[in-house]
Amino acid sequence: MIQFLSYLLNGISLGSVYAIIALGYSMVYGIAKMLNFAHGDVIMIGAYMSFCAIQYWSLPPIAAIVLAIVVCTALGILIERMAYKPLRTATSLSVLITAIGVSWLLQNIALLIWGANPKSYQSLVNFGSLTLFDGQLHITSETFITIAANIIIMIALTLFTGKTKMGKAMRAVSEDKGAAELMGINVNATISMTFAIGSGLAAIAGVLLCSSYPVLMPTTGSMPGIKAFTAAVFGGIGSIPGALIGGILLGLIEILGKAYVSTELGDALVFAVLIIVLLVKPTGLLGKKVHEKV
Amino acid sequence: MSLLKVEDLHVYYGSIHAIKGVSFEVNEGEIVTLIGANGAGKSTTLNTVAGLMKPRSGAVTFDGKAVAGVPASKIVPQGMALCPEGRRVFQQMTVRENLEMGGYTRPASEISESLDDVFTRFPRLKERHRQIAGTLSGGEQQMLAMGRALMSKPKLLMLDEPSMGLAPILVEQIFDIVQELHRAGTTILLVEQNAQMALSIADRAYVLETGNIVKEGIADDLMHDDDVRKAYLG
Repeated sequence: MIQFLSYLLNGISLGSVYAIIALGYSMVYGIAKMLNFAHGDVIMIGAYMSFCAIQYWSLPPIAAIVLAIVVCTALGILIERMAYKPLRTATSLSVLITAIGVSWLLQNIALLIWGANPKSYQSLVNFGSLTLFDGQLHITSETFITIAANIIIMIALTLFTGKTKMGKAMRAVSEDKGAAELMGINVNATISMTFAIGSGLAAIAGVLLCSSYPVLMPTTGSMPGIKAFTAAVFGGIGSIPGALIGGILLGLIEILGKAYVSTELGDALVFAVLIIVLLVKPTGLLGKKVHEKV
Repeated sequence: MSLLKVEDLHVYYGSIHAIKGVSFEVNEGEIVTLIGANGAGKSTTLNTVAGLMKPRSGAVTFDGKAVAGVPASKIVPQGMALCPEGRRVFQQMTVRENLEMGGYTRPASEISESLDDVFTRFPRLKERHRQIAGTLSGGEQQMLAMGRALMSKPKLLMLDEPSMGLAPILVEQIFDIVQELHRAGTTILLVEQNAQMALSIADRAYVLETGNIVKEGIADDLMHDDDVRKAYLG
């Protein structure tokens, strides 16, 4: 029972990381109608930046996190400007291939700078752990902080898109770029803004992910990236609560699957879920079906 | 005084020459209508004037400023609003949010006053201000699209096929509203396939055919013009 509780918390914590990454996928998909497959690699860059800040430049953890966010935000804007903006009117296949290209580019840049050897990432959010039930249940500060960060981010983003002028403009652009432009909204700036927010969140996800799973190498971001993409589709791509639910459920399935079904099959289960969801409800759990009304 | 002046406008879709040297003007206080068949280039002309499309060549002067090729988001604050074909309200946002987006370029302090104005003109929108726009009827969506365009307090309101897909009784209502707006001082450029209706409320009209203006004049005169009657009024 206590073992199960521990798996549950780990699952929610891992799921929270997926949810934060899935948000980036979802927001960018919503506004630019593209799958940014380089998103996972932005996470990796964020993790490396915070790693360097601690290891080589001896910055305090909070400064390392801020640095990672700033670098990833800038990187997100740069990627959008240089790789995706010129393809605004191109077919979605060209954009998809470009996104995969950017993903490879980032991985290889990381390989060039930091080498292929895995780095051992030192947790940036380690404040000890909580022990319950006479030492049978350990809850690490990483678990707590990851879950808390996820909740805060979800609330903040929901308020941002629901209440602020810029957030509403973002929703307008994601529905109809032409109509948004006619409102006086600068569509290009809004798209840049979305990439900036998504990439900033990716940096946070990178720090949290590597704080719990401390192996850092150039491919660290790709698997979580793909799983978060699965989570976004699972929950309903383009929806904030969808990313949250998709992410958490996916984390739970992965951890519980590994614990009770098979360690090897944990990842397979995750993708089996994607296939089932796509078969049964192609728009995802909370996905909206857009009706055209004349 | 001319509020909008379009001179020798050429617009292409890729290699297709859609607008072939169109010139027209709209004077302050007028209702001007562009009529023509499907595919004549009416919407393309409006979209280009509004800044959604870039012209290959030609000049667009709005309120004394050259605006050809300037993106829509920079033209809106100068006082031009386009209520686009097919309404294009933000389906997943509430009525109120749609209207707020219409006032995007205006200072927050002026929004609530404009909201009140729109709600007075369209009481139906006030009743439904918290409803998701996609659930409104076609006529209500047209009112929302017009209300949204009015939120920017435009000097020139351009309406693209406001009667499209609406029941005759609603068409009458929409045209009444257009005339009310005109009386309240808004200059209007109206694009319509319903030529009869458009000519009945307009001061002047231009007839567009495959990217060219083939006729222009006082709306009443065109209404009685044999060619126009044969081609557009049945």
